[in-house]
Amino acid sequence: MTTNWHEDGSTILLPPKAAVTASAWRHHHILDLDDFTQDEIELILHITGSMKEVLARPIKKVPALRGKTIMTLFYENSTRTRLSFELAAKSLSADISNLTASTSSIVKGESLIDTLLTLESLGADVVIIRHPQSGAPNLAAQHIKGSVINAGDGWHAHPTQALLDMYTMRAHKGVIKDLKVTIIGDTKHSRVSRSNIWGLTTMGAVVTVCSPPTLLPIGFNQPVAYFPKVRIEPDIHKAIEGADVVMVLRLQLERMQSGLLPSMREYINLYQLNEERLKLAKPDALVMHPGPMNEGLEISTGVAHGSQSVINEQVTNGVAVRMALLYLLAGGKKA
Amino acid sequence: MSAKVILTAEDIRRTLARIAHEIIEHNKSMSDLMLVGLLTRGVPLAKRLAANIKTFESAEVAVGTLDISLYRDDLDSMDFKPLLNSTLIPGDIGQKTVILVDDVLYTGRSTRAALDALIDYGRPRAIQLAVLIDRGHRELPIRADYIGKNIPSARTEEIRVELVETDGVDQVTIFPANEEGKTA
Repeated sequence: MTTNWHEDGSTILLPPKAAVTASAWRHHHILDLDDFTQDEIELILHITGSMKEVLARPIKKVPALRGKTIMTLFYENSTRTRLSFELAAKSLSADISNLTASTSSIVKGESLIDTLLTLESLGADVVIIRHPQSGAPNLAAQHIKGSVINAGDGWHAHPTQALLDMYTMRAHKGVIKDLKVTIIGDTKHSRVSRSNIWGLTTMGAVVTVCSPPTLLPIGFNQPVAYFPKVRIEPDIHKAIEGADVVMVLRLQLERMQSGLLPSMREYINLYQLNEERLKLAKPDALVMHPGPMNEGLEISTGVAHGSQSVINEQVTNGVAVRMALLYLLAGGKKA
Repeated sequence: MSAKVILTAEDIRRTLARIAHEIIEHNKSMSDLMLVGLLTRGVPLAKRLAANIKTFESAEVAVGTLDISLYRDDLDSMDFKPLLNSTLIPGDIGQKTVILVDDVLYTGRSTRAALDALIDYGRPRAIQLAVLIDRGHRELPIRADYIGKNIPSARTEEIRVELVETDGVDQVTIFPANEEGKTA
């Protein structure tokens, strides 16, 4: 009776005697998933389920973070991440202010650290930062007392995206352990793929990476002690075969001028996820993409909007995941 | 003074039968009722009350669950973060009389949070409160409509409700001055 708890609420049963307790939460920042244990990721996904329920209510607002101040500091453009953080904060009744580099004193030359100290002086309990430089959030975390959430830094990490991806996988597949996840595309420039690899391997999934040799980061194909083991398979057909999840990455066109790819046509021929190639995966395989998509390039329009695509669901789940993280960081007693 | 059992399994069974009868007496139409249990131990109590009402009146009463963690007024002072669990309100509460079910009524703060949470789902025709134990020490102007047993207690005492569904045994125990008593 205490074990069959369904998140969709189809039956009224009691929650399981939690293997993970929120009291064990020890993180003050979310910088990447490399320092998260399986239990901690499980806890975040569990609380995300509760937040999904809040978002399904007629009044999608709870008072948990009343009086908390959350600020976003974005040095790069964003649609999904910034909006979903904003909606997440508002659903929890926190106050949120948004700062975009291009319309702030950053254009006058104010440094990252000075900007952060300004946000701290204005009372930020949580700062959500996106920056083109890898490691900027880690630097930020050393300078302010509040919590820092990494909303994407350079090629390094995008932990909240990886968490919403894992939540989406778990919602469809039940468990993440032993799932075969194939990541296709520009892994070199992809912070999404790095955070996913950390999270997925921690949860026990088997990750295959399929990239053109020029877009494969150094360290992926030769074992590096600190990075989790992934399978490298340059042939897209072999990489997709038998997969439970196919995750396609955006081809970062802004970086393609430098001769990393001979031509777009060749990339489409060799690496585009289309209907025919998707048939090699399991019949119920999920198609994911962190967005924004270049339809017709890394993914065909048919697949992007097909029956196996959960791309829009990923966006929806992003709000609930970010609510769970804000609750864990800013809810409850201050550390 | 050592721990003392104040309600046995048999006492709990009789108490819940009596409360079910009181609910039937006070609310003529069972089809307009909804029982909502506060997590964790209010949930099995609500289900048992619904089962009793079914036995006595052959009427099905919907049962929901409510997690009040996000509505607590003491989040900032708690040493731990409550693990959130799912709230499930079966159907529209708009025209219903909702009976909140909890194990212990103490300061009234959990009930206050539950009222806020419930009202975010709509405007019930009325909200009533059923508790297994009322131990006094109210800090808010809140009272229960159905009370299993009044237990005058000192704040320093701990009252522990155990139910088969959650703890493997049905009993209510009072512990002498120990750790600070908590409402569920």
